[in-house]
Amino acid sequence: MEATQPAVRLRNISKSFGQVQANTDVSLDINRGEVLALLGENGSGKTTLMNMLSGIYFPDSGTIEIDGKPVVIGSPKDAFDYGIGMIHQHFKLVNVFTATENIVLGLKEAGKLDLDAAAQKVKQICDLYGFDVDPYQKVYDMSVSQKQTVEIVKLLYRGAEILILDEPTAVLTPQETDKLFAVLRNMRDDGKAVIIITHKLNEVKDISDRVVVLRKGAYVGELVTAEATTQEMTNMMVGHQVTLNIDRPDPEMKYRMERISVKNLTVKNREGITKLDDVSFSIFTGEILGIAGISGSGQKELLEAIAGLQPVENGSIEYHVDDVTTEQLIGMDPLKIAGMGVVLSFVPEDRLGMGLVGSMDITDNMMLRSFRNGPLPFTDRSEPRHLAELVVDELGVNTPGIATPVRRLSGGNVQKVLVGREIAAAPTVLLSAYAVRGLDVNSSYVIYDLLNRQKGNGVAVVYVGEDLDVLLELCDRILVLCGGKVSGIVDGRTTTKNEVGLMMTRLGGGEMA
Amino acid sequence: MFDFLVSFIPRAVVQGVPLLYGSTGEIVTEKSGNLNLGIPGVMYVGGICGVIGSFLYERSLSDPSQMNAALGILIPLLSCLAGSLLMGLLYCFLTVTLRANQNVTGLAMTTFGVGVGNFFGGSLIKLTGADVPSIALSATSNLYRTRLPFAGDLGWFGQVFLSYGFLAYAAIIIAILASYMLNHTRIGLQLRAVGEDPATADAAGINITRYKFMATCAGCMIAGLGGLYYVMDYANGVWSNDAFGDRGWLAIALVIFTIWRPNVSIGASILFGGLYILYLFIPTGKDLAVKELYKMLPYVVTIVVLVFSSLRNKRENQPPESLGLPYFREER
Repeated sequence: MEATQPAVRLRNISKSFGQVQANTDVSLDINRGEVLALLGENGSGKTTLMNMLSGIYFPDSGTIEIDGKPVVIGSPKDAFDYGIGMIHQHFKLVNVFTATENIVLGLKEAGKLDLDAAAQKVKQICDLYGFDVDPYQKVYDMSVSQKQTVEIVKLLYRGAEILILDEPTAVLTPQETDKLFAVLRNMRDDGKAVIIITHKLNEVKDISDRVVVLRKGAYVGELVTAEATTQEMTNMMVGHQVTLNIDRPDPEMKYRMERISVKNLTVKNREGITKLDDVSFSIFTGEILGIAGISGSGQKELLEAIAGLQPVENGSIEYHVDDVTTEQLIGMDPLKIAGMGVVLSFVPEDRLGMGLVGSMDITDNMMLRSFRNGPLPFTDRSEPRHLAELVVDELGVNTPGIATPVRRLSGGNVQKVLVGREIAAAPTVLLSAYAVRGLDVNSSYVIYDLLNRQKGNGVAVVYVGEDLDVLLELCDRILVLCGGKVSGIVDGRTTTKNEVGLMMTRLGGGEMA
Repeated sequence: MFDFLVSFIPRAVVQGVPLLYGSTGEIVTEKSGNLNLGIPGVMYVGGICGVIGSFLYERSLSDPSQMNAALGILIPLLSCLAGSLLMGLLYCFLTVTLRANQNVTGLAMTTFGVGVGNFFGGSLIKLTGADVPSIALSATSNLYRTRLPFAGDLGWFGQVFLSYGFLAYAAIIIAILASYMLNHTRIGLQLRAVGEDPATADAAGINITRYKFMATCAGCMIAGLGGLYYVMDYANGVWSNDAFGDRGWLAIALVIFTIWRPNVSIGASILFGGLYILYLFIPTGKDLAVKELYKMLPYVVTIVVLVFSSLRNKRENQPPESLGLPYFREER
């Protein structure tokens, strides 16, 4: 393997989006006949790096060589001409077309369109690598794994030599994953270069020959998988602990009572994939419960289940009004749950779109919570206006006025409005997810401060975060999710980043999945 | 009964041909993901442009009945195609290049097209100085209405199958070709992909903008011919403002009725054409109110069809998935 020229050589690749540096000076080699795992946490720049190889983004600086020759990849088509194909997390397939129609789509073959001949060729490829695809099946009839297979066959049909798979197992069941890995091995043995982007260590061990670790956009190092230990990889992935000096007042013991107890909660998503598996834990008043986990481990489903937005397969969620009265939240109307003081502030990736309406102003967005109050059919606008003024003042929202559409505010200010509104509802339980997503340091501290104040008021705060360092310094207890299961609950004051990191990847939780 | 059919079918067919042009054009357009509600306006413009071409040509001759047959057909035909093409380009420029809302643009185009038609129609009527508010282009119309010489000798067969001008046969041929193009060629496959899922098509290296422009402009030109057929053949070369009526909307309803299949539209257009004139064949006596009710038939059928086509769940029977949505590459 060492003697041959690497198929792709990336040298000093950097890429930034506005202020955010997505990749800094990354260099790596990709060899034929090898499965390379690209390992890193969320936002570590794995996908961005591969998008530059597949022509979706263009690097700010650095060079790409293919078979020793420097090349410029300006579009997905260019990448294709060099035999590079990438399978994204979101499949690019036309639903009403058959597998074959999707595979030949956009190909400029000479002569008449002959779908039967193409179907024959698809069959051949499938037989060669052991895929299971019916060339005449419509895409909308296919399971997720079948769609993924069609994507892979599509690339092979076009003669791709270098295949990049972006978190291919995120949507697969364990059995489907095994099947996928079997064909990936076949492709490797056939001399193709396979790159798999992942943050799951067990997959890295399972399939890859070599692993390259990225952290915060930069290359950390690489290991030969067979010689690497999970401990080593975790350390490279999470890095050293950084001190942030976030306030963490001790929980007021006089308020402390169990507010919500979740027992044996199981949730399946619309595709029927289990997102939460037998999750049990308690939320106490006057504390911040952190939820850690690799993204997509069930955090969103967990919060939505509590807020009544997610159908629940099994289990119970009990809300303790006081020491005597207990209410079952499952099956309850979301509106009623919110009325009991359980509020959810979820900041999605695009930061708008959940909880706030971009084109409405701050007052109107405050009204989204309160428009049902007051004598019908009229709404009460003065209270929301006061609230808007209060939020703007107290949280230091930087805005020309409360009549400014939320869309025009900067990200940090949008989040302050969102969190401010939820807090103003005087909640008993505050569920916040990714509250500091994309915020600069100062705004983040304002949000931490807000959460701490709520905690001081005896609110049960749940904080789902991406940054382990923050979780470790802000939260009283940390619930670690891994693949929809509770990997463990640790004390935020005594645990280490390493411990949580290992639990996120299923080590602290015991058995390897 | 047989005599009734022999007299009814040809009339249904001539009513159906403009609808067939309109629906074929709209299907080709919608397959690219453009919902062009401007089709009634486009057909109107196609008609008036043909009239303008023919009017100017007839006026340039001292004796229109001696006109050159080839020019007499080609000039209105090309004027019609040019006019409809301009409408198509305008629509594409607004919705594809500027990403304007397709519904609003389409409705504006219909209003605009009808306005253009009535404006030029009115002007031409003024120019002729006739007493009646219409223009008669009988020489051109005669060319368009030329039948096979032996058609008259074939009895009912000739009447049912051979009694139409060439544009009627062209409509059927175009519909069949469009059907074949959509389902059996690479261009058709890619066009459908553009209408279903432009992001996927884009990733497959298909030029979305080009496909949308080409399909919409071709669709408009096909639809425009419907307007031309209406004036030159159906109406015997007589243009009067607003006579084209609501045929454009029926054509759009047909698109849904046929589930986006031009070949099915051949029969469906004739069916709609028949419904359109059925009231003439139903004896209603002196009760005019009942007649008006029968006139509603095509619209009632359209509504019923819309209800049923919305109930169908099969994925193939749904409109192109990105119909009516602008495509923005950066918006992932």
